[in-house]
Amino acid sequence: MMIKDWFKSGSPWVWLNAAAVSTCMILVMGLLILIAVRGLGHFWPSDIVEYSYIENDKKTLVVGELVDTSVMSVKMAKESGYKLKNNTDTLIQHLIKTGNRDISGMDFRWIQQQNIQSERHPNEMIAIERREWGNFYGRLVSVKENGKVIATGEKAWPIAQERIEQALELFDEIEHLQKKEIGSINYQFERLRLKQKSLELKGEWTAEAIKSQDREKAALDKEYKGYQEQLAVLYKQIRRDSLVASESTGTELEIPLESIVHMTRPNSMNVFTKLGQYILKFGDFVSEDPREANTEGGIFPAIFGTVMMVMLMAVIVTPLGVIAAVYLREYAKQGFTTRIIRIAVNNLAGVPSIVYGIFGLGFFVYILGGNIDALFFPEAAPAPVFGTPGLLWASLTLALLTLPVVIVSTEEGLSRVPKSIREGSLALGATKVETLWRTVLPMASPAMMTGLILAVARAAGEVAPLMLVGVVKLAPTLPLDGNFPFLHLDRKFMHLGFHIYDVGFQSPNVEAARPLVYATSLLLVMVIIGLNMFAISIRNNLREKFRALEGM
Amino acid sequence: MTEQKTHAIDMGSIAKAVENNNENPDTCIQVKDLNLFYGEKQALFNVNMEMARKKVTAYIGPSGCGKSTLLRSINRMNDLVDSARIDGKILLDGEDIYDKAVNVADLRRRVGMVFQKPNPFPKSIYENVAYGLRIQGINDRRTLDETVEKSLRGAALWDEVKDRLQDNALGLSGGQQQRLVIARAIAIEPEVMLLDEPASALDPISTLKIEELIHELKEKYTIVIVTHNMQQAARVSDYTAFMYMGELIEFGPTNNLFTNPTKKQTEDYITGRYG
Repeated sequence: MMIKDWFKSGSPWVWLNAAAVSTCMILVMGLLILIAVRGLGHFWPSDIVEYSYIENDKKTLVVGELVDTSVMSVKMAKESGYKLKNNTDTLIQHLIKTGNRDISGMDFRWIQQQNIQSERHPNEMIAIERREWGNFYGRLVSVKENGKVIATGEKAWPIAQERIEQALELFDEIEHLQKKEIGSINYQFERLRLKQKSLELKGEWTAEAIKSQDREKAALDKEYKGYQEQLAVLYKQIRRDSLVASESTGTELEIPLESIVHMTRPNSMNVFTKLGQYILKFGDFVSEDPREANTEGGIFPAIFGTVMMVMLMAVIVTPLGVIAAVYLREYAKQGFTTRIIRIAVNNLAGVPSIVYGIFGLGFFVYILGGNIDALFFPEAAPAPVFGTPGLLWASLTLALLTLPVVIVSTEEGLSRVPKSIREGSLALGATKVETLWRTVLPMASPAMMTGLILAVARAAGEVAPLMLVGVVKLAPTLPLDGNFPFLHLDRKFMHLGFHIYDVGFQSPNVEAARPLVYATSLLLVMVIIGLNMFAISIRNNLREKFRALEGM
Repeated sequence: MTEQKTHAIDMGSIAKAVENNNENPDTCIQVKDLNLFYGEKQALFNVNMEMARKKVTAYIGPSGCGKSTLLRSINRMNDLVDSARIDGKILLDGEDIYDKAVNVADLRRRVGMVFQKPNPFPKSIYENVAYGLRIQGINDRRTLDETVEKSLRGAALWDEVKDRLQDNALGLSGGQQQRLVIARAIAIEPEVMLLDEPASALDPISTLKIEELIHELKEKYTIVIVTHNMQQAARVSDYTAFMYMGELIEFGPTNNLFTNPTKKQTEDYITGRYG
């Protein structure tokens, strides 16, 4: 009886509801926390540990950062062929990031807890993040200028720091010169080449044209030489200094300062200096280009490409979807045809995204792009301009993919504008178009934004179709730069989603790539949240303005 | 006032208008043999009536008798219903408003309408009143300011809202909203005002204010009001039409109709035997 009453009271139902909501919350929070912890932890400068370790009955030193620990039961360990000491009931193994790939050939190694004799955290241990060969762990021996030793021992540390600072500034300057200035000159050379070819095709490659072309080329050449000289000077400066560091086995290694990104002594850092370093490294991650087959460095081009593509997609899909929805809802005669169209649109939303990718490749890239090339860029042949995957086609493909969402929610919004409001406008002598523009569309705008929010969320997370229509592992240039016409719709671009796939599955260095997969995922989620927040704030503004719908 | 109006109707129909208007210069709207169908269903049967200029004509009758339909055919609001079909004529100043040459938007500028439920736009009070003018392309600040004030005064709302013209109109009370809608309608200076149960969604005090307003508006506009409240019809109107099942049963001066109805159906209705 009591149970029956309890059921009748509805409490079980309420509990069930609450449980469902909590499960969802836990899942979402769990996802975010997992990728946040795994991803963000990577940038924390952890201590360098020096283990004295017995390997094959010989004593060696293993130096590196403790990355991971695994515990294995005795039985499993024995079956796997590990030799265990008698008194242990589990096999504990540690994954150590030992770095120094150029010396030992590997960055990571597993060591067994039972063979560790002792561990120390010597203060003088340095970690060097290098542009090549990954991290270096060891001790600083000396600093060299032009091959001559200028400081050794404890005195070498501050001098090394100072010189690294200088080298970094020089490096930035070189980078700027190479990418911006020389890149721009190369771009102009390419344009001249295309111009020449196009004139040749038209049969206007006259002596005069040649002359003017030569003049321009000479000017560019002169400019180029100037930059080359500047570069040579900078290279000389940056290559002047180097430092010598010794590895755990005592091998000494000379590292040129130009290849150093950071040098730290994590063991002697306190929490605050570590935090500073952490922020620095995270900043690098967000703002730098990737290095070493995407396993190191930053992901800026991928963030940029993702945002760029989503924005372009929004610019394409919003007007298209809204206009289509307006016609469907406001002008088309409601009946069999409109019903069929609505069903088709709704079904389009369910088509797997890779199919859109195939369509984008087959139609946009090959047919549309191929024809554009034939018509407008004959001089570039046989190299394609638009007849190859690129930013424009990726955005268009995703616009097509998200079109149903925008149409459906806009229609929803239009149908929610009360008849009385339309009649009120018409009764004042407004025509249907005037009513639409002045009253109905503004009132439906929050719904359009909802559509756009859903579209953005879907598009930013989409990877599969992009692999066919424009995303690449490494794009040498951003789609937006200082060279006319500034926005290069034909360029290929990088994308966070694809970057995750690439780093996670195609990486030559699995252990190094793993934390980056998490960090990139976190960034992707953050980018999507950011884009959505932006759209949501616009929508909320609009809602505030046109609150009528709620009241009626 | 009507002289200043711009008519989007060709000269031929104006000539015809003058000719038709000879019968009675005080007639503003003339309904001739009007039949209206919604698809197969007939909603109005052979309605004939004349509505006097600058007088209030009330339509009364039980729900579904076609009084709103008749009212909405005067500014062609029934055009919005796909299945609606009309047969017969409605003459406004002698011109057939269902003529092909008539521009519906222009017609609706001359025949304003206020609906049962207040329907202000989700814009500021000011923009609500200025809406009709902006539609006509009038964006001159001074003209708009003057018209907004004049119209709000005309709708007896000015004193209540003059300090918050830029506030959202949806923040007003129901009665204020309805007066705002009336102000919006008179801002474009129509000849005729159609009121479709304008007070049915309002409390008694707001209703009283609207009724007083109708008295004042009568000075300038020909008013047609639909109401299911017979006391209201008796209070505000000069002429009353009783409709039943899509037919016009009786039409005459309000006093006569209420004190001395000629038809039994009318008598039954106003004495409350049905409806």
